[in-house]
Amino acid sequence: MNDSVYGGPALFLDRSDINTDEIIPARYLTSVTRDALRPHLLEDLDLPGFSRDDPAFGMARVIVARRNFGCGSSREHAPWALEVNGIRTVVAESFARIFRQNMFNGGMLAVELPAGDIDRLFALAGQGAVEIRADLDRAEMVARGAGEHLVLPFTVDPFARALVRAGGWVNFADERY
Amino acid sequence: MGLTIAEKIFAAHLRDEPFPGTQVLALDAVFCHEITTPLAIADLQWRGKDRVFDPDRIKAVIDHVTPAKDSQTAQQGKILREWARRHGIRDFYDIGRNGVCHALFPEQGHVRPGMTIIMGDSHTCTHGAFGAFAAGVGTTDLEVGILKGVCAFRPPVSIRVDLTGTLPPGVYAKDVILQLIGRLGVDGATDRILEFRGPVVDAFSMEARMTLCNMAVEAGATCGICLPDEVTLEYLWPFIVADYAHRAEALADYHRWHSDPDSPYERVLELDVSGLEPTVTWGYKPDQVRPVGEMAGTPVDQVYIGTCTNGRLEDLRAAADILRNRRVADTVRGIVSPATPGVYRRALDEGIIAVFLDAGFCVTNPTCGACLGMSNGVLAEGEVCAATSNRNFPGRMGRGGMVHLMSPATAAATAVTGRISDPRDFLPLLEGRKK
Repeated sequence: MNDSVYGGPALFLDRSDINTDEIIPARYLTSVTRDALRPHLLEDLDLPGFSRDDPAFGMARVIVARRNFGCGSSREHAPWALEVNGIRTVVAESFARIFRQNMFNGGMLAVELPAGDIDRLFALAGQGAVEIRADLDRAEMVARGAGEHLVLPFTVDPFARALVRAGGWVNFADERY
Repeated sequence: MGLTIAEKIFAAHLRDEPFPGTQVLALDAVFCHEITTPLAIADLQWRGKDRVFDPDRIKAVIDHVTPAKDSQTAQQGKILREWARRHGIRDFYDIGRNGVCHALFPEQGHVRPGMTIIMGDSHTCTHGAFGAFAAGVGTTDLEVGILKGVCAFRPPVSIRVDLTGTLPPGVYAKDVILQLIGRLGVDGATDRILEFRGPVVDAFSMEARMTLCNMAVEAGATCGICLPDEVTLEYLWPFIVADYAHRAEALADYHRWHSDPDSPYERVLELDVSGLEPTVTWGYKPDQVRPVGEMAGTPVDQVYIGTCTNGRLEDLRAAADILRNRRVADTVRGIVSPATPGVYRRALDEGIIAVFLDAGFCVTNPTCGACLGMSNGVLAEGEVCAATSNRNFPGRMGRGGMVHLMSPATAAATAVTGRISDPRDFLPLLEGRKK
């Protein structure tokens, strides 16, 4: 598989301002390994239609949400909790700064789309399961749902793109500074 | 076109511009605590790069869970402690000297105007109160900061917040910042710097300015920032007395960071504080605010006074002014955590700790503890806490718990009645005079 392509089955979280306490509660920050976070992803998220028992939760490789995803605490445990659960792409209308940087710093993909595109993705999800592939080289995302698919262009700033290519900020900075 | 204070700091620290729109800054200080740093240390070790860029520019504290509550938190402290020793980090604060990072580091003189500072903690924006650029970052940024002394940011875009009028009695910096967050929304300042200006800020103590800047991130801001002035100078004077011939020289040095009169702002937000009411959050986001009158009567199970937002001496004084000769309601657990040993010591000397004890409060050691549901006052399912902290997210202080954010005075009044209460009903000079 082309390593510039991110994606897979998508989990839709229909809310703005999902914070990092909801993504991974502080009580699990006492672990000093990333793997220990695995069972606790989104444990405190109370959202109609969302259940951690739903098979779609376990299969998810992409999260789609509304505005200001990842606000609150700076804990990089939040993107790590996603990553150890196989989720390396989050698509949202906007992100909190620290969370967005944490995603790219770890070589993960945080894609911002206009509200209209996010609406179309949620509409697609309303008809059944959706699979999303985000191609960093082509700056294009394809969402396949029941009977139709959406092609959505996106932009990622050149620094973020370089971080993803380098496998994260530590590699990038170690080489350059 | 002139420059803002943030632009001046960026220009003075610019190390690299690897791409348009990305500025890599040289860091004057990297602050560390035991929750987010151990994984950076582990990754550096794994990479065979267990080094630090400059041990004198790294400050470290065990503050989130201290004393350790279990073997896991003990292990986190141990990793930080051994790392600090291994690398000769002299400014390391352990049991007996440790306190909440954003109160402790300024108190120890580690923050100066014009500095660039990062920490693996979102409330690092607090230090902007001194005219520094201080930003919360994740563990990877922290790791690179520790190793290389650099961090990447987008070029600064500032929103100027003009605070005008006169703050009424019973209304504090906490009420001002809650109101501002209510107006901006929780993402209203994302990727922006909030530059706090105006006569209200000029009249604020450093403690009040720290409260203001502390919650800038709750509007999404990268940093809150105040212009360094005489108040900043007086606070820092014991630490800088050897660096300058006299105060005027230091002040002139600080003034070079001031935003130019024609500096660019994305927008200007004005708030006349004269009519401001004590303010309380009602929901699960910091922008969900209401005047205390609309929340009055809401029962609470616990009152928590402390944290990096409001655990400083001035905060404890404001609470004690209300608690003096009064008792905590039978239905309420009162907890106060002075933010640093220095605050604790001065509160003891001033008789403030006695006021809290006489009122029936539990006085805990300085720690972040309950604010993020770690220790020393975690809520049970369905419980409600009136807190002087900065986040009311669902489950923040314990799964299924609810938090109402407010000033120390409002929290103290709430402790007395057991229900969210207007502090102006309790202030000695204001009783019966509330409009």
